[in-house]
Amino acid sequence: MQRLLAWVDARFPLTATWKAHLSEYYAPKNFNFWYYFGSLALLVLVIQILTGIFLTMHYKPDAASAFASVEYIMRDVPYGWLIRYAHSTGASAFFIVVYLHMFRALLYGSHRKPRELIWILGMLIYLTLMAEAFFGYLLPWGQMSYWGAQVIVNLFAAIPVVGEDLAIWIRGDYVVSDATLNRFFAFHVIALPLVLLGLVAAHIIALHEVGSNNPDGVEIKKKKDEHGRPLDGIPFHPYYTVKDILGVVVFLIVFSAIVFFAPEMGGYFLEHNNFIPADPLKTPEHIAPVWYFTPYYAILRAVPPMFGSQFPGVLAMFAAVLIFFLLPWLDRSPVKSIRYRGPKYKVALALFVIAFIGLGILGILPATPLYTWIARVLSVIYFAFFLLMPWYTKHDRHKPEPERVTAL
Amino acid sequence: MSELSVDNSKRRFLVALSSTMGGVAAVGAALPFVFSMNPSARALAAGAPVEVDLSKIEPGMKIDVEWRGKPVWVVHRTPEMLALLGKHDDQLTDPNSDNTAQQPDYCKNPTRSIKPEYFVVIGICTHLGCSPTYRADIGAPDLGADWPGGWFCPCHGSRFDMAARVFKGSPAPSNLVVPPHKYLSETKVLIGEDQAA
Amino acid sequence: MSRDKTRLYVLAAALILWLPLSAPAAAPAVKLDRAPININDQESLQRGARIFINYCLNCHSASYMRYTRLTDLGLTEAQIKENLMFAADKPGETMTVAMRAKDAKEWFGAAPPDLTVITRSRGPDWVYTYLRTFYRDDTRPLGWNNLVFDKVGMPHVLHELQGHLVPVMQEVKGEDGKMHHVVARLELAKPGRLTPAEYDALVADLVNYMTWMGEPAKAQRMRTGVAVIAFLALFFVVAFYLKKEYWRDVH
Repeated sequence: MQRLLAWVDARFPLTATWKAHLSEYYAPKNFNFWYYFGSLALLVLVIQILTGIFLTMHYKPDAASAFASVEYIMRDVPYGWLIRYAHSTGASAFFIVVYLHMFRALLYGSHRKPRELIWILGMLIYLTLMAEAFFGYLLPWGQMSYWGAQVIVNLFAAIPVVGEDLAIWIRGDYVVSDATLNRFFAFHVIALPLVLLGLVAAHIIALHEVGSNNPDGVEIKKKKDEHGRPLDGIPFHPYYTVKDILGVVVFLIVFSAIVFFAPEMGGYFLEHNNFIPADPLKTPEHIAPVWYFTPYYAILRAVPPMFGSQFPGVLAMFAAVLIFFLLPWLDRSPVKSIRYRGPKYKVALALFVIAFIGLGILGILPATPLYTWIARVLSVIYFAFFLLMPWYTKHDRHKPEPERVTAL
Repeated sequence: MSELSVDNSKRRFLVALSSTMGGVAAVGAALPFVFSMNPSARALAAGAPVEVDLSKIEPGMKIDVEWRGKPVWVVHRTPEMLALLGKHDDQLTDPNSDNTAQQPDYCKNPTRSIKPEYFVVIGICTHLGCSPTYRADIGAPDLGADWPGGWFCPCHGSRFDMAARVFKGSPAPSNLVVPPHKYLSETKVLIGEDQAA
Repeated sequence: MSRDKTRLYVLAAALILWLPLSAPAAAPAVKLDRAPININDQESLQRGARIFINYCLNCHSASYMRYTRLTDLGLTEAQIKENLMFAADKPGETMTVAMRAKDAKEWFGAAPPDLTVITRSRGPDWVYTYLRTFYRDDTRPLGWNNLVFDKVGMPHVLHELQGHLVPVMQEVKGEDGKMHHVVARLELAKPGRLTPAEYDALVADLVNYMTWMGEPAKAQRMRTGVAVIAFLALFFVVAFYLKKEYWRDVH
């Protein structure tokens, strides 16, 4: 065994990689609850890729047979129902863990210097994930699949001058059709997963280059012992592997509870109308995107048409996503962690969370005049969180950061 | 990180236990994926046994039935055809159907069938999988004056008699396969299911 | 630290908890009756299957449902073939229908939808209420209207069993300030072969069957889930002590 390992190591940096990323990667010892979601996101990615491969063996990307092939998976393929429910639940689980993972960054300043590139790579993962989810949602070819895709593609038609042609180019037809389904399938099963894997690898490599942040927001590399190991660091393996195993088991319990006992999740993970085959001539009475897109959908609807065009709303929606990229440069606070920040940031973050969740709820509900006004207020709060950040973080009070991480 | 208080045996036990459980979990998670590659209910339905009405087949004629995507021939052999069967055993590779893989036990007999007049066989050549041509014309000029009727494979020239036994000198190594089948009534045969022993 | 931590847990909980609220479906005009169904009641499912095949399958298909799957309800393949298969030759076939979609559209104004997963889109309560609230309406081409599906194209197929219901009208002030005639309730004008209680029980069996047919793997799903979660709970205990043992090193 030792000789085999030596043989491999002479030809491939196996032991070196193991050491660099696991057994001799020193992570701060004070990780808390919020630090589980990175490894959980990786787990969900694996679940999605595995279940996706096996679904592809039975699914037919053809408008005439797509819906039937999903029902075929659900009934005729042995354990097909389990693989399909794991995939549909995994899509929502992916967004839950990613949203919590992103929120962790806002709490402890994980996006701040020197981790700007990790944040940007993470945001690219988030964007790719949104595209992946959007393309994948068309594939069951139910009513919500169809009309959801129709509405989102039509957003591109709102872009001045080139919009109409762009929308037709995306669909490959005048409406969402077989051609659209076929190309969305290609993007969903091969193109975006490749991009996603590359970005995830880059995200982790960049993280292990600069080292992990922690709930105190202090750099553990500043204080090292005589061997050059961070005093507040512990090797990722075995300490965080055993901790993450615990996190994985808890996550799998929740995940299994949904897959086996509530795979529709009251219509949020699998929408009722998606059990009706796509009908290009009949729009369902109420269309809402899947829950993970609803905050942005609410912003889209909150912006009134200007100059006779929907474009400002579309612009606002995309801006709401893209503005996250600027976060490392908008934040001017001398400290990273919320533990040492002043009241202004705490209030701003709380308002932002309320706005994000509130918009998410409004995006599911039908747009009544009252709801539209609430959505407008929340949209303003949403953008103010980012745009006013240079001001309120600079003029906020803050406590002095400690030299070392605080107790566990 | 003091090494002093470490209880190594407890640690080893916990690692072994959790590795075992992790292994069980991995196998358990893999099983649904493995099972999902088995034939689906649709494939099983398509491969279900096929009923054939024998009363519609004229003596000397053959009909083709599809079972599990393969051609199955059902031939109504005439007494003349049956009489010729025993007369060329010396020219056959396996005249007594000793190769048990090629037919169910209840068809290991001189006519390779349950009822002598009705012959059921899978129409795929045991050489390279072509479907041989039915040549019931006794003494056909192109097959020789002693041709007793049977099948001729156009791909590589394998020759089979009226019980689908292969003639010596053919590239095919063995007799054609008789599928499991049973009689539901005097005139109905079910292909794909063995008759009760 | 513990205070901000607590608050953040609350936020996280809020983020997760707003999900299980039921997604708003299109609000029906009528309050739906709860369908008294139990997909583990095999006798009810067998009765429901017979009703479904006798009454529904003449016009509606259930084209993802194979006859062989009825063996899950405790029926043998021979019983299925003898008693339930009228439109198919082989038990492996799906429940298709002989009526052509084009003819159907001419007769009823719309092609009857496939019913395999109808309870997954409409919900069992909707189907249960729908099948019990057909009423006479001479303004409709076939003489029937429905409380939960206004101006439905389908006639009341079960009227011989239920009898004829007629509406009792009421004037109500609408949101636009004008008075509207609406159906207050339905009255049995001509009794059918069954009493109202018997009819409700028959529809319950039918809806039970249709709910089961929407997801035949559900019982297996629940059973597997119990085993999986029991295993994971055990694993949790081991993982907890494993983590605790290693983290004794960390000070």
